[in-house]
Amino acid sequence: MSKPRLVLIGNGMAGVRTVEELLKIKPDHYDITIFGAEPHPNYNRILLSPVLAGEMTVNEIVLNELEWYRENGITLHTGRQVAKIDRANRKVIADDGSETAYDRLLIATGSTPFMLPIPGNDLPGVIGYRDIKDTDEMIEAARLHKHAVVIGGGLLGLEAANGLKLRGMDVTVVHLGPWLLERQLDEIAGRMLQKSLEDKGLKFLLQKQTEALIQGESGRVAAIRFKDGMQIPADLVVMAAGIRPNYALAESSGIHCNRGIVVNDTMQTYDPKIYAVGECVTHRGTVYGLVAPLFEQAKVAANHLAGYGTGCYTGSVTSTKLKVTGIDLFSAGDYMGGEGTEEILLNDPYGGVYKKLVIRDNKLVGGVMFGDTADGPWYFQLLKDGRDIHDIRDSLIFGQSLVGDVGHAGNNKAASMADSAEVCGCNGVNKGTIIKAIKEKGLFTLDEVKKHTKASSSCGSCSGLVEQILASTIGGAYTPAASDKKPVCACTDHSHQVVREAIRDQHLVNKEAVFKALNWKTPNGCEKCRPAVNYYLISTWPHEAKDDPQSRFVNERSHANIQKDGTYSVVPRMWGGLTTPNELRAIADAAEKYNVPTVKVTGGQRIDLLGIKKEDLPKIWADLNAAGMVSGHAYGKSIRTVKTCVGAEHCRFGTKLAMDMGVKLEKMLFDMYAPHKVKLAVSGCPRNCAEAGIKDVGIIGIESGYELYIAGNGGIKTEVAQFLCKVTSDEEVMEYSGAFLQLYRVEGWYLERTCHYLERVGLDYVKGKIVEDDEGRRALYAALLDSLKDAKDPWATSREPQAIKQFIPIVPVAVNA
Amino acid sequence: MSNWTLICPLEDIPQLGSRIVKPASGGDIAIFRTSDDQVFALHDKCPHKGGPLSQGIVHGQRVTCPLHGWNIGLEDGQAVAPDVGSCSKFEVKVEGGEVFLAA
Repeated sequence: MSKPRLVLIGNGMAGVRTVEELLKIKPDHYDITIFGAEPHPNYNRILLSPVLAGEMTVNEIVLNELEWYRENGITLHTGRQVAKIDRANRKVIADDGSETAYDRLLIATGSTPFMLPIPGNDLPGVIGYRDIKDTDEMIEAARLHKHAVVIGGGLLGLEAANGLKLRGMDVTVVHLGPWLLERQLDEIAGRMLQKSLEDKGLKFLLQKQTEALIQGESGRVAAIRFKDGMQIPADLVVMAAGIRPNYALAESSGIHCNRGIVVNDTMQTYDPKIYAVGECVTHRGTVYGLVAPLFEQAKVAANHLAGYGTGCYTGSVTSTKLKVTGIDLFSAGDYMGGEGTEEILLNDPYGGVYKKLVIRDNKLVGGVMFGDTADGPWYFQLLKDGRDIHDIRDSLIFGQSLVGDVGHAGNNKAASMADSAEVCGCNGVNKGTIIKAIKEKGLFTLDEVKKHTKASSSCGSCSGLVEQILASTIGGAYTPAASDKKPVCACTDHSHQVVREAIRDQHLVNKEAVFKALNWKTPNGCEKCRPAVNYYLISTWPHEAKDDPQSRFVNERSHANIQKDGTYSVVPRMWGGLTTPNELRAIADAAEKYNVPTVKVTGGQRIDLLGIKKEDLPKIWADLNAAGMVSGHAYGKSIRTVKTCVGAEHCRFGTKLAMDMGVKLEKMLFDMYAPHKVKLAVSGCPRNCAEAGIKDVGIIGIESGYELYIAGNGGIKTEVAQFLCKVTSDEEVMEYSGAFLQLYRVEGWYLERTCHYLERVGLDYVKGKIVEDDEGRRALYAALLDSLKDAKDPWATSREPQAIKQFIPIVPVAVNA
Repeated sequence: MSNWTLICPLEDIPQLGSRIVKPASGGDIAIFRTSDDQVFALHDKCPHKGGPLSQGIVHGQRVTCPLHGWNIGLEDGQAVAPDVGSCSKFEVKVEGGEVFLAA
């Protein structure tokens, strides 16, 4: 049986992206033919500005080499326009008369520059700015001529003007609006931008209406005249006054159009065999001219072309970043504000920094930043997530670092970093390497950058910085997905939230059922999704879902921490950081017996034995078990330690028995798995020697009771714990702490620490569940105790006959079979 | 023809898991079992920084190294792009529920 035929009209970014998405989810489904009017394979149109500015070459911006088309069996016709769509007979007719039949048609004809309807607009030397041909013409003009005029002070116009200036031309930007980029910036930011560009040597004529272009003696354009009679020389005129969706072909074929090809939420036109994506479509009355929304559309169209029928496009919020080297500018969403909105402003004209955030109903809906755009991606993420910002409102304008994220921040202004500056400290990746990979490999997402450069793939603390570099390299093409929509991994399109809910609502109790119910793309997941799914199963259905050791990372499977040479470290539990001479003697004996090369005291008040061979693990555990010690879980996404000060037991300042409280908490939480590791501390007085301010749950004893703090962090993201409430009794400490941890266990996404969880849901939400809802809190606490009721020491259970096999290497005996 | 060495019953290797074989000649070998009971053997040393592949998570026909997350194809021992590197592989077969390794 022959395959159905898919024809794509338009070999640009939106159309080819749709084909790529389709090949990813359903390869070999269609016979694909692509028509492109330009003589090139698909290239990255966004990077034409750097090509014009001389920072890149045309070859560097090609996204899909001809080889890609060949490898995927795609028939490509470059330099050929489609003249007509014969919908009745389902075929397209090209300008050379050839006919190609289709079963599904995808239109992605993009847009064309708007040429002002004025005398002289067809003179030689007057061009739009859209493709490689226009760019070449500008480069050529810069070589031969002096005076350039760019009509239009929008993103494209300014980037063109900057490029022409760098190529040595005298450039004037003519703009009808009252300030530059009035569709992306408010007046203050617009004026600041103009000032910086003037400092670079560009000239501006604002609120000028062009009347005519005047021909010179050579036949080429020579000057431009305005309505007020003013005239200036112009050997090159670039029209950048906007784009118009290119839908003439569709309209002439009888497909319903209204300022663009009208599509529904599945990217389908009024002809059910025909889909359309990109700048040529009108979706819910909006035409998008930036790349990010087109990619979202491509995903949805591919989903329907593959016959899955589940994708839905509901429109995009867009952000803007000007790609002019040395200028930091970012805007997103509704940046103008108005009725029903509030604004937070920071204006430092001397320092060249301006920030405006627009807020409606306690949610960020838009913003403009000039001079300091470091927090642009963070604001944009808050905006897309629709997170309630009420609790961080007073420091919001100062950026993420003042809201809390300090720790390993290092350099946090991507634009001011040298190419040789290190971005990712874990993997030693510098800024230049990341930019090179983004440009050469055509990367658009943080995940792609992680994969190709390893930057931000280990501890992740530089991911904000990498996102900034991505945003400043590809401009508006960069859009992070809303946090709650980010897929778990490449095996699925579903987010952590969706997976969690499906497991709970559909009562799924093993990974096979999850993969089936959610249409996983791989037979048994990958190293990213399997541990997450396993955790969701056992935390949602504690006594019903069976733990799957093969879905656990090695440390949790072997109950010890793997080290760089493949040996392991062993940490016995010392409840509340307390030990005895007997325990110490047993540890010393074990260290000698197994030739432990390194013995170290950890930050969590435990003793770490490093350098143990895997096959020795069960033996050393047996020795330690015999002395009454159990696993310290120093290896797990689990309860790690409860750190304590000496408290009222000994300390002259102590108000509460901190050690006793710590031991009780640690015993309650023994063997508790969580989305990530969990650390607690109990201090006996506000001097807080146990450092409870940077723990997932921190408890500080005071005369009248205890203060509870949550979601602190002392590692990857130094974050001061936030005050939850005050309680009076030990029992309440257990109940409130336990309830909060259970809430985190059932709502947190895998690998999300409590500080990330709290940042996502907000402190008010947690207080509502733990402090204000007595019944809810008691239920959470009961659920925690129930799920831990049959907790066992993994060191002991690992020595059972089936479990111990993994620790025993096989030594073969040679036989001839 | 290869000399086949008896290793263990198939059920001694967990599905989506592995066992380490220590041949007399030295050099650990990791034997993997996929979800559909195919068996593969690789030198137990990641081409990146020598991590023990036997301790990684097995998925599809790949294993992820526990140290830095490289993915290695079980069938060809090649690192999955964009990483580059290869790991020597060994012939294995399953007969009558027993796993044999080419010595």
